[in-house]
Amino acid sequence: MLQDILVTGLVNGGVYALLAIGFSLIFGVARIVNIAHTAFYMLAAYCFYTLLVKTGLGFLLSGVIAVGAVTLFSVICYRLVIEPVREHEAAVLIATIALALIFQELMLFTFGGHFLGIPSTLEGAVRFLGVSIPYQRLLILVVAGVSLAAVWFVLYRTRLGLAIRATANDLEVANLMGMNVHRVAMATVAISVALAAVAGVVVAPVFVVDPFMWLAPLVTMLAIVVLGGLGSLKGSLIGALIIGYVEAITVFAVPAGAYLKGAVALMIMVAVLLVRPEGLFGVAFEEER
Amino acid sequence: MLRSFTIGLAAFAVALGAQAQTIKIAILGPMAFVQGENHWAGAEMARDEINKAGGINVGGKRMQIELIRADTNEIQSVPDATNAIERVITRDKADFLIGGFRSEAVLAMQEVAMDNKKIFLGAGAAHSKLGQNVEENYNRYKYWFRYTPTKDVDLARTLFAVMASIAQQIRTELKTDTPKVALLAEKAVWTQGLIGAAQKNLPAMKMEVVGLWQPSATATDVTAELSAIDRAGAHIVFTMLSGPVGISVARQMGERNMKAVAWGINVEGQKDEFWQAAAGKAQFVSTLDTYAEVEMTPRTIPFVRAFKERYKKMPTYNAATYDAIIMLKSVIEKESTLDADRLVAAIEKIEHVGTGSIVTFDKRHDLVWAVGKTAGIAVQWQDGQKVPFWPPNVKGMKPFKLPAR
Repeated sequence: MLQDILVTGLVNGGVYALLAIGFSLIFGVARIVNIAHTAFYMLAAYCFYTLLVKTGLGFLLSGVIAVGAVTLFSVICYRLVIEPVREHEAAVLIATIALALIFQELMLFTFGGHFLGIPSTLEGAVRFLGVSIPYQRLLILVVAGVSLAAVWFVLYRTRLGLAIRATANDLEVANLMGMNVHRVAMATVAISVALAAVAGVVVAPVFVVDPFMWLAPLVTMLAIVVLGGLGSLKGSLIGALIIGYVEAITVFAVPAGAYLKGAVALMIMVAVLLVRPEGLFGVAFEEER
Repeated sequence: MLRSFTIGLAAFAVALGAQAQTIKIAILGPMAFVQGENHWAGAEMARDEINKAGGINVGGKRMQIELIRADTNEIQSVPDATNAIERVITRDKADFLIGGFRSEAVLAMQEVAMDNKKIFLGAGAAHSKLGQNVEENYNRYKYWFRYTPTKDVDLARTLFAVMASIAQQIRTELKTDTPKVALLAEKAVWTQGLIGAAQKNLPAMKMEVVGLWQPSATATDVTAELSAIDRAGAHIVFTMLSGPVGISVARQMGERNMKAVAWGINVEGQKDEFWQAAAGKAQFVSTLDTYAEVEMTPRTIPFVRAFKERYKKMPTYNAATYDAIIMLKSVIEKESTLDADRLVAAIEKIEHVGTGSIVTFDKRHDLVWAVGKTAGIAVQWQDGQKVPFWPPNVKGMKPFKLPAR
């Protein structure tokens, strides 16, 4: 059973990490509470499905177009919906909830309430420690690792990353220093949604595509980002692995309570927050101010 | 001025007359989902067939059927469902109500229909409470009849009958006396009774229950559950799944090359789109179902073929709206009336040969359960095709297959 938990937790943690990285970036770094984040992930999955299954484009081309189109769309949404109310966090929250619901209803109208499947990019499975792991899940782990490295590189090794971090740290000072904070925020949204779209393209083949697929990951992502620490990509990765392992342990230890795995993960998050309110790797709120 | 008024009055009278020539039947279902699509498709076929043949003969007067499409959106919202049924009764003046899918929503809609003394023929919900209401307060709830499916308790009887047949095949082919069964049930009210029954009955049927796993109905990832089931050495995964988790289970069992075979209720597995949704990984997944090209009744094969020709897909059990309308026509013509009370009495006595079942109603206005009549069929996905395999004595059934070991 131990090897099952080790392998299953790692693979599921990788899936969550891929979804959480982009969420962490926009939620933690840019201070934009984008509830529509996982709705963009859903849009990318639908876009990928349409291009791959309906029009017959290849995996790579479908994936690239889906990520590009959704990223571009997110920038338009940002300019039209988020930017005008960005100063008011509550308004941003409500606006992004509205966006997510609009996307959901649009997909429901266009595709109906059908559950759609996307073929695996990589077929087959490998046995590791006696546990069967499909190649598609290993691909997700690899993409999660590469995405994390890419985001770290952009944030800590480029001028754009410096501007994003500076803007996140103190928007007014960054503005006074001559940075175009609106463009920086827009770039952050684009990077963040691009990551969500990559997640949609890579993760969708192991899940089911439907108009409500954005809801469950949203709760898990919130838990991971808060558990790991706001704005900490490392925290998101560790948080994702913790949640992945907690869920695996729950299922293996209490099979009849498998449906509780989400609740147990949230309880772990609450327990950690009681001890460290800033999360595992977050910056203390007092210091931020 | 007077001339215009006269013409207007005449047009109004003609319109009223035309209106009186139709029987309005509201089809209630979640129209954005497969269930509602099938509700509507079955009803359309019945309407077209009846209207083309001259309509319904009500005491010598020919009346056409007019369908009212009512999107209940009940999968997402129960209040939307009650609003929909209120609207078709009060604004659209529906004479009869057919449809419904989600038990919670149908229970709420049942109340509205009974308030208005409208005959409501259920075509989707299985919860026992719907029939129990009739038994407990007949005068209020007598207008409700469950045309399909059988109530939840009877679904369990069918499941165990098929399970016995599969277990016997496993004993013969795998040389094991006591097949191991893993219970995989979504966490929902409707599965609780089935789980209890399985834990009690399967050991008595010489099967070993190796564990119970309960993912959420909307879970997209069941790899941990399947790892544990694999480890437990199960021969059969007894599924009780109505939500999209049914697709995840099928797909991930296929991806893991599991040797266990899935049998039970997998609502998603009843749909034509299932194989594609599971990315072609649902080999050997089996489920209860209603329609296939087999001779359940003399009307099954012609209906299934006509449905496939018109809609390019197989009907699901919700398409029994077709049968419900045909049955309604039969009792209206027999009684020569649209009076609800007289029609209720007639429906209570009817034996109706439908397209998927031979229907008689008990005192709860539930279907009388019988293998070969109302118990339905069992199907297995084999190489992208839904293959019927039970009841074995029905013409057209094919062999059930186990995964290679």
